[in-house]
Amino acid sequence: MTNLINQTASALAGLLADGTVSSVDVTRAHLDHIDAVEPDVHAFLHVASDAALATAARVDARRAAGEKLGPLAGVPIAIKDVLATLDMPSTAGSKILEGWIPPYDATVVKRIRDADLIPLGKTNMDEFAMGSSTEHSAYGPTHNPWDLDRIPGGSGGGSAAAVAAFEAPLALGSDTGGSIRQPAAVTGSVGVKPTYGGVSRYGAIALASSLDQVGPVTRTVLDAALLHDVIGGHDPLDSTSLTDVWPSMTAAAQAGLKDGALKGVRVGVIKELNGAGFQPGVKQRFEETLALLTAAGAIVSEVSAPNFEYAVSAYYLILPAEASSNLARFDSVRFGIRVNPDDGPLTSERVMAATRDAGFGDEVKRRIILGTYALSAGYYDAYYGSAQKVRTLIQRDFAAAFDQVDLLVSPTAPTTAFKFGEKLADPMAMYLNDITTIPANLAGIPGMSLPMGLAPEDGLPVGLQVMAPARADARLYTFGAAVEQLLEAHWGHTLLSQAPALAHTEMFATEGGAV
Amino acid sequence: MAAKAELMDYDKALELFEPVLGFEVHVELNTKTKMFCGCANEFGSGANTNTCPTCLGLPGGLPQVNRQAIESSIRLGLALGCEIAETSRFARKNYFYPDTAKNFQTSQYDEPIAFNGQLTIELESGRQVTVDIERAHMEDDAGKLTHMGGAAGRIQGADYSLVDYNRGGVPLVEIVTQMIEGAEADAPEIGKTYVAAIREIVKALGVSNARMEEGNVRCDANVSLRPRGSNILGTRTETKNVNSLRSVERAVRYEIQRQAALLTAGGTITQETRHWHEDTGVTSAGRPKSDADDYRYFPEPDLVPVAPSRAWVEELRATLPEPPAARRKRLQADWGFVNLEFQDVVNSDLLDVLEATIAAGAPAQAARKWWTGEIARLANATGVSADSLVTPVQVAALIELITDGTLTDRLARQVLEGVIAGEGTPSEVVASRGLAVVSDDGALIAAIDQALASQPDVLAKIRDGKVQAAGAVIGAVMKAMRGQADAARVRELVLERAGTAPAESAE
Repeated sequence: MTNLINQTASALAGLLADGTVSSVDVTRAHLDHIDAVEPDVHAFLHVASDAALATAARVDARRAAGEKLGPLAGVPIAIKDVLATLDMPSTAGSKILEGWIPPYDATVVKRIRDADLIPLGKTNMDEFAMGSSTEHSAYGPTHNPWDLDRIPGGSGGGSAAAVAAFEAPLALGSDTGGSIRQPAAVTGSVGVKPTYGGVSRYGAIALASSLDQVGPVTRTVLDAALLHDVIGGHDPLDSTSLTDVWPSMTAAAQAGLKDGALKGVRVGVIKELNGAGFQPGVKQRFEETLALLTAAGAIVSEVSAPNFEYAVSAYYLILPAEASSNLARFDSVRFGIRVNPDDGPLTSERVMAATRDAGFGDEVKRRIILGTYALSAGYYDAYYGSAQKVRTLIQRDFAAAFDQVDLLVSPTAPTTAFKFGEKLADPMAMYLNDITTIPANLAGIPGMSLPMGLAPEDGLPVGLQVMAPARADARLYTFGAAVEQLLEAHWGHTLLSQAPALAHTEMFATEGGAV
Repeated sequence: MAAKAELMDYDKALELFEPVLGFEVHVELNTKTKMFCGCANEFGSGANTNTCPTCLGLPGGLPQVNRQAIESSIRLGLALGCEIAETSRFARKNYFYPDTAKNFQTSQYDEPIAFNGQLTIELESGRQVTVDIERAHMEDDAGKLTHMGGAAGRIQGADYSLVDYNRGGVPLVEIVTQMIEGAEADAPEIGKTYVAAIREIVKALGVSNARMEEGNVRCDANVSLRPRGSNILGTRTETKNVNSLRSVERAVRYEIQRQAALLTAGGTITQETRHWHEDTGVTSAGRPKSDADDYRYFPEPDLVPVAPSRAWVEELRATLPEPPAARRKRLQADWGFVNLEFQDVVNSDLLDVLEATIAAGAPAQAARKWWTGEIARLANATGVSADSLVTPVQVAALIELITDGTLTDRLARQVLEGVIAGEGTPSEVVASRGLAVVSDDGALIAAIDQALASQPDVLAKIRDGKVQAAGAVIGAVMKAMRGQADAARVRELVLERAGTAPAESAE
């Protein structure tokens, strides 16, 4: 039998559609593999084996009965724990929500269920999506499949690792300042942060409402497009959801696979995101990719975004400010854990305080305190107000850049995956890791990360970030698919085929052969 | 319970100080659904049944703005003479309290939907006072806490508290006045009349059920005292949730007397909220409130700005009903009521039914007499509102039967009872109970002749010109007819039979 876990989602969809394999087979193969590698990777906080197999069996039965199903019907998917799911705990990686099962599905979850995808479980993340390494998960970190001593990125390290370790062909992520793209970069996978408002946030446990966006985490650009088409589009339950009629992202990705798709495409290299502090191997792979693009007919030029230097500072005011308010609801009154103070009277205020003290981790507390301060009377204008002005300036930088070029590129992250603990003691170093991804969130524009090779010095994946104007997500998919094809042709293989086999099983290396 | 503070005589307080007022009135809108979700906006449902992830503040819940609530807010703003913002934004007001599911209230801060209004009210003395409206902004209501155990449902000493989020997320408009100066001794009445005017306006607009007893209209009254001759404002107190017109008046008066006594004794006023105690008629200290209270307002990122088009605003302006004060003036003139009569109608909240009754054909005075008289009496006796007993059309029909002679007032009262008992329209009750005035002259003449025959001395007196003697005969006839006769007609016939009036030609 074909190795099922190595397949892309689009390949699996084909095998399922023509009856070569059943969804139960596909689902069971992934569940078995999860069993085998989870002790090392810890990508999941919850695996819903029985529910997944039952759902798969129902999809198989309906297909057998001749029902017309969607393109991804029967394909398994992992769901970031930030998304509310009716039948699985939804903790956002926090102790304060331990065991909480929401009474509703997030809109994106409902959409993947309606499209008959098979939810495998919930993936690990930094608590409330605050972090770039999953080290801030209350349930222990996720390990990078490329090197188990290293971080898988964050906050969506669980979704990226699950996809990179072949535990799931698809995953859902959320990206507030790079939480989809940076993990994709450091695990050699693909991640897309759609245009703000392109995908519903209803049921996504909010970190920073004006920055959060849900998006696909996959191993190929085409798979990301297929998933984007399932989850995207207007949702009346999210007031910031755009009412646009979107083009097919799948068709856009397929267009990128045609000959000459890169010819004449104007690609801008952001001067401010191509310099100091970047790991040499990251810079090297980036330069090589630009050379390949030029050779393929793209017009590469440098553009400047002078205000990007303020982006991290602005982000770390806006995010904590919004988060301090969004996280106020975790008070033990209606849901989640409740902790009584050790002594003294049990007033609601004291129980709230004791619960939040015990339920939130240090990074969450740090940001709540920062945000509370930034919004305080007398400081609001200087901090939150100024940060919003920076945001406007960054949007103008992007607008000016997109007057000159069709797309912007940069390395997704300044470095490859770092070792556990390396930046834990220095929050600023951790925050600066997101310097490349944050501007897209501040401006609401779409961004994608796709693999552009391994850094020579450590053999770890390096990601290429591509950004397009707001609403031009389709352009990302066309360009991304073309670049992916170009690079893989250059290498002669996919990047993930170079990942080391995980200790407990050799099955995907031996059964199906090299990808 | 709160002890009564030292109070200064009211007139004395006014001699020494000038009261300065300000009011915040919260109006609960009667939209079908809540402000930011699709849950029913209903009073009296089972606890926590009208809830969803959004109004329960569950993780992942997001708000959606209720268009009807925006429309109602704009109409209310227009009725208060406000400007309507071209773009208006929601803001989060952050504070922790268990009745506030999100631990922030979604309100408006620096960009309210309506601002710069004016409302002119008229006091009983005829004095006109123009209250400047600073703003009217939209926000969501909190849930309801019930404190269990401990004393009298108060949070202090309670064993635990229950929270019902059915009210959480119900749309509110908060109307904030500018500082009201120059109120002088009228201050309490200004408070009462202002709140009454707001209540009347929201009722006329149909945007709220306007029942103060159900909390549809709630008033926070700010009072401070300025020493005579000083131009420095005193420290204010804010008495929260004063929920009847009479209480507004009493609370303002109480605070003036309390603050005056305290200040004169060398004390200082604490800037704080105060609770009003309906039963004892006193206020007690709530929580300290400083101008530096920090709610960390910031624009609500989960909602986009509300930008009502000018065309829509004008469309809504065209739907505004006549301002209640103007309407009252017009109706009083149309109906020809003297002030006391009209006040009686207004105070009994009978203006609408009276107008409808008159529109259904009843003469104004008769309509007033029935509604403020017999119907109000029956309503009082049963503890319900007058307009829940009978409809204006039924009352008009009843009056019509009196006018055309079918019923006497006494009979009409019996018919009214039948109508209230659900026996049908007035005509149906007349028929089924056999209550019509006997207008068959034959039957009356027979009874008169019999009465005259049995009282020959009376007949002689009448013939001597002592017409008042006819009363005895009329009484006997009415008794014989068991009251179902028109006394005026009986009198006519008695005089006629006695030979002092010309017989009708038909005889």
